[in-house]
Amino acid sequence: MRLKIAPNALEEMQKHAEATYPNECCGFFYGKDGEIRNIEVAKEVTNSKEGDQRRRFEVSPLDYLKAERYADEIGQTLLGIYHSHPEHPAIPSEHDLKQAVPFFSYIIISVMKGKAEVTKSWQLDDAGKFEEEEIL
Amino acid sequence: MAQIIIPTPLRKFTDNLATIKTNGSNIQESMLDLATQYPEVKQHLFDESGALRKFVRIYIGDEDIKALQNENTPVEDNTEISIIPAIAGGIA
Repeated sequence: MRLKIAPNALEEMQKHAEATYPNECCGFFYGKDGEIRNIEVAKEVTNSKEGDQRRRFEVSPLDYLKAERYADEIGQTLLGIYHSHPEHPAIPSEHDLKQAVPFFSYIIISVMKGKAEVTKSWQLDDAGKFEEEEIL
Repeated sequence: MAQIIIPTPLRKFTDNLATIKTNGSNIQESMLDLATQYPEVKQHLFDESGALRKFVRIYIGDEDIKALQNENTPVEDNTEISIIPAIAGGIA
């Protein structure tokens, strides 16, 4: 799978990742699916994880419902979730894999010393493993 | 008869349909009917013992069925059931 991320959507995700540093941030993104996945809108959501947010994120069920409804409202598809990895590479962890769902792109932003440095995207393959998506 | 709203990630198992009408008088029966209509979605909703997966939440409107009568919560013709995948992750 290949992704195109609108510059303002990418900027929004990266700024969000920097603003929440050293904690993890999370959010959803929306756009059009196809041979190339076009991400047009990114929207942050509250990290509802109780406890240490430097290593974990969680989205509340109600926020997820709102995200699906928002996709309907704007006539786009909910294409995935972004989150940050403060002081860690933009590679999915075991924990990311355990919680991952099919279809969604998982954008991970590596934030080093408060700066968003590397952004990568991943998707589950049919065998249930993460495969990196090419960001065009 | 109720309507189940399928979350985007599972629509590839329901012929890309976002809403499915199901038969059943409660949540349990409705979910089982969904799995009968679209067998591919079953493994994403139920574990090997037939119980709803831990990572799946079910809402009626904005209410978690855990705050109602769980899988025994009755449904009516106009009941809108949402399936919500747990979204979480992080470094460790």
